[in-house]
Amino acid sequence: MTAAPAPSGTALAAPPRSGARRLRLRRGLIGWAFLAPLLILNVIVVLGPSLATVWYSFTDWSGIGPAKFVGTANYTRAFTDPAVREALLHNAIWFVLFLFVPMALGLLGAHLINQVTRFRMLYRTLFFIPYVTASVINAAIWKMLLSPDSGIGHTLGISQAWLGDPKTSLYAVNFVVDWHWWGFLAVIFFAAMQGVDVQLYEAARLDGAGRWRQFLSVTLPGIRPTMIFVVLMTIIWSLKAFDYIFIMTHGGPANSSDVVSTLMYDQAFNQYSAGYAAALGLSMTVIVGLVLAVYQFLRRKGWEE
Amino acid sequence: MSSTVIERRDAALRSGTTPRRRRRRNLHFPAYLVLTVLALFAIGPAVLMVFNAFKSNAEIGGSPLSPPTSLSWSNFSIAWQQGDFGTTMRNSAILVVGSAAGTCVIAGLAAYALSHLDLPGRGGVITYLFLASSMPVQLFVVPLFSLWTDLGLTDNLFGLIVIYWAVDAPFATLLLRSFLLKVPKEYVEAGRLDGASEVQIARRVMLPLAWPGLMTVALVVGLWAWNEFFWAITFIHDPAKRPISTSFMAFQDENSTNWGLSSAAALFMLVPILILFLVLQRRFVAGLTSGGLK
Repeated sequence: MTAAPAPSGTALAAPPRSGARRLRLRRGLIGWAFLAPLLILNVIVVLGPSLATVWYSFTDWSGIGPAKFVGTANYTRAFTDPAVREALLHNAIWFVLFLFVPMALGLLGAHLINQVTRFRMLYRTLFFIPYVTASVINAAIWKMLLSPDSGIGHTLGISQAWLGDPKTSLYAVNFVVDWHWWGFLAVIFFAAMQGVDVQLYEAARLDGAGRWRQFLSVTLPGIRPTMIFVVLMTIIWSLKAFDYIFIMTHGGPANSSDVVSTLMYDQAFNQYSAGYAAALGLSMTVIVGLVLAVYQFLRRKGWEE
Repeated sequence: MSSTVIERRDAALRSGTTPRRRRRRNLHFPAYLVLTVLALFAIGPAVLMVFNAFKSNAEIGGSPLSPPTSLSWSNFSIAWQQGDFGTTMRNSAILVVGSAAGTCVIAGLAAYALSHLDLPGRGGVITYLFLASSMPVQLFVVPLFSLWTDLGLTDNLFGLIVIYWAVDAPFATLLLRSFLLKVPKEYVEAGRLDGASEVQIARRVMLPLAWPGLMTVALVVGLWAWNEFFWAITFIHDPAKRPISTSFMAFQDENSTNWGLSSAAALFMLVPILILFLVLQRRFVAGLTSGGLK
């Protein structure tokens, strides 16, 4: 184990001059060899099928067997489909709620943990638990609590079927997602807040700033990079929103909680129009890509220090 | 800074009373109150589920939010048998171990190449990994399903594990790379001068130093595999091959009015993770917050 014989062609065995280039080449090859499992897997599972989606989005395809080229028909259909328009509206509503509700709760939680001296770890742990709990469990818990005959409403004498009523279904599912998410943000924000220079608070106090003023003028600017990151991720996630909607309402009742991803899933695996689903999936990805591009642009401009 | 703190404390001591401290406590009381309300909001629902797991359906109907009047374990034994959770928990355990171990190997190799080998085109690979880990699954799920069907990898735990490898490895590589960048170049150089091959350096020098990072990755990937739902419901339809997440969902659909039973079933899935999280939470939080991309 200690005296492993040096394989021929290592640094010491190679002649110093002409060997230098060969050595670099060899190291490069070894590097790519180390990367190979990751890249091969990625090509098979992610990149290859993603490129295939581009092709399938221009075809009439059931998901199995041959695909027939139909040009931009799927895209024309997507742009004129009222279900898609409604789903996009739901995505937009979802985005606004998912951005502001968990962020507000997360900031509140983080700020308060930052203020107190005891039980910091305990609060942090408790806030984090919904995030490590599986979506199927969280969904089941809230189905129970939101049910009109065995939940919170029942106890309070309200017989509203939050998940079964088209007027409230989207909001009810969004509430559950916000509930599962805000504690995670609180932990992230708390970590960022601990990086804010204490002397800035001292200075603000000397200038007569109250707690609220300190929060607005010192804490928020101090954690700006984290905030920008969270906003970016929220945009991406709002478009990808799927799990909780699929589990809790399946997009119903009467499409009242459908978003683009649940529509797409239904088209691909229940309606067997995989070509159309590919067009929807690709359109979603383009939007996500645009968001990432804007983010990179802002970063270059120095938004993120 | 610390001197001002000491001065202040001295001043408080000299004055004989502690008005400052009392005022601080008063100021903090509302903070503790709100924090406690938030904490109850976070874990209250799970606590109610634990209550209901011990209650009969009649008791839940009468008082859904109160603690059980007596501890009845029958929900657990009925749910365990009816839902076949022995089988599906075993399936999930296979998924957890397989995806965690494989991801550690794949991402560990890649992270080593991206941090300590002079790799041309390294920046491009890193950017690609960043993009790949924020790619929506909707982009590739349909052709992947068709490919997996052709390869006979649907209804197959290994087929699912391969997907988890591919989907989790970009994140894991980026996380491990930031770990390995902290390892001094000199260690690697010294290894090379001693005539060790790159494989030997990776195994004898990097592996021990990267161990905490690998543990974090294994925990996070394992948690994802245990909780994962989307890939499982799409690629596994045979009830005997299901992981616990989708089997729990099916069980809950079948027993949608029997909250006692489904609460007990939920605890089968929840309790192992909760214990692991409470024991190793520092590592969990570190891994999950750096993996915020998911």
